[in-house]
Amino acid sequence: MRRFLQVAWLVVRKDLRVESRNKEMLLTTLFFAASCVLVFSFGFVRGGEAIDGSASGVLWITIAFSGTLALGRAFERERHHDALRGLLLAPADRPAIYVGKLLGVLLLLAFVEALVVVMVAFLFRAPLFRHGWWLLTLLSLGTIGFASVGTLFSAMLLRTRSRAVLLPVLLYPVTIPVLIMGVSGTFALVQPEPDLALARLWASMLVFFDVVFLTLALWTFEPVMTE
Amino acid sequence: MPPPQTADFTQVTLSNVSRHYGRRRALSQANLVLSAGEIIGLLGPNGAGKSTLLGVLSTLAEPSGGEVRYGDRTARQGGAPLRAQIGFLSHELQLYPELTARENLEFFAGLYGLDHPAERAREALVLASLSGRADDVVEGFSRGMRQRLALERALLHGPRLVLFDEPFTGLDEASCGALVTRLEQLRAAGSIVVVATHDLDIVDPILDRAILLRSGRLRELGQTGSLRARYRAALAETPPRRRRGIAPAAPGPQGGEAGT
Repeated sequence: MRRFLQVAWLVVRKDLRVESRNKEMLLTTLFFAASCVLVFSFGFVRGGEAIDGSASGVLWITIAFSGTLALGRAFERERHHDALRGLLLAPADRPAIYVGKLLGVLLLLAFVEALVVVMVAFLFRAPLFRHGWWLLTLLSLGTIGFASVGTLFSAMLLRTRSRAVLLPVLLYPVTIPVLIMGVSGTFALVQPEPDLALARLWASMLVFFDVVFLTLALWTFEPVMTE
Repeated sequence: MPPPQTADFTQVTLSNVSRHYGRRRALSQANLVLSAGEIIGLLGPNGAGKSTLLGVLSTLAEPSGGEVRYGDRTARQGGAPLRAQIGFLSHELQLYPELTARENLEFFAGLYGLDHPAERAREALVLASLSGRADDVVEGFSRGMRQRLALERALLHGPRLVLFDEPFTGLDEASCGALVTRLEQLRAAGSIVVVATHDLDIVDPILDRAILLRSGRLRELGQTGSLRARYRAALAETPPRRRRGIAPAAPGPQGGEAGT
């Protein structure tokens, strides 16, 4: 287990180091997410009032779109110069490499979500911070579910030519339940009368999906990466 | 009985190994025995299947048919301990251009679970003659410098089976000489060294055996004459397989598949 975590940490640290130098994924994803929320705000906010329920929908659809953008790039740096083969040939548990890549994506999305939450709260006048811990729980669980499948698909599609097209085609049908639970849970929090019991229910279901998705991804990563 | 922790690399044996990509057959019924302490040249025109064979030997690609045995174990049985004894320098250099030379080496030393990764990286930088550029990002390196760094990355963990795909690309004369010396050191240390190359004149003096791979079929070259002459003769005697459909695997005109 110690070796597993050590390999995962090495991969995360390497990705963060590369990202800190070129900032390619971070800047692209942040800019895209900010543009998304801004454009949606022109459609859904009239006279300073947002359409009922739109804030939670915009929050999650922005996370999904910008997350797809980030996931599309997650394995790109491994593809260049065939670095992926160097990783796969190392005597390390291959699922540890998956976990390292996943953690890198989650850290990136955490940055993006911090910006998106603030923007949605401000532009849609949504009381997202009223139950901040619950929102953090829903966002964390939803992002883990979305990114765990997305990281696996991103790795799977690495050797295909039309990966940019295929990733959303494969990803969204599988992760739609996660997004619906995220939207529903968030909506329960931002209503005039917050329904914490309902938010808790959606959070529990997200835990279930996360466990299923993560287990399947860890189980299938090794055969998926064998040529 | 629990499996041994380290794989036996006295011999690596390919038995009837085939590899298909859809309808295209990259390797066809290949039989080959590689023994410790020899340098084997893998020759052939572009697209002959050399990289596919190296991929299969490295355990990164699974054969579509047949099996590869490392001692008495297959890649699947050997797992991570087996991979720990394989070094692979592919045509693509498997380096991260945004990282420095030192960071690249330390990262891979960590992945291989080597003790004192910083110290190992420092030693590798000396061997690559890159100590003075250790903290420069690889992006700014010339092809030759990258090649030297990638070579040391591939040898960082002291592998017993070393696979090179076009290792002389981009190297100047001095670096080529240094690489040849390095290959001889690996042979002396008892490693199996497989070199896929088109630089016949450079490898001619150091090869113990040369194997021609054409249209997915293996054939061992004779021992008489220069490597270039033997290669040309073998090419002339081994016509390329017809491109449409999958042709049946057939032995070459002079005894067919390579092996010992």
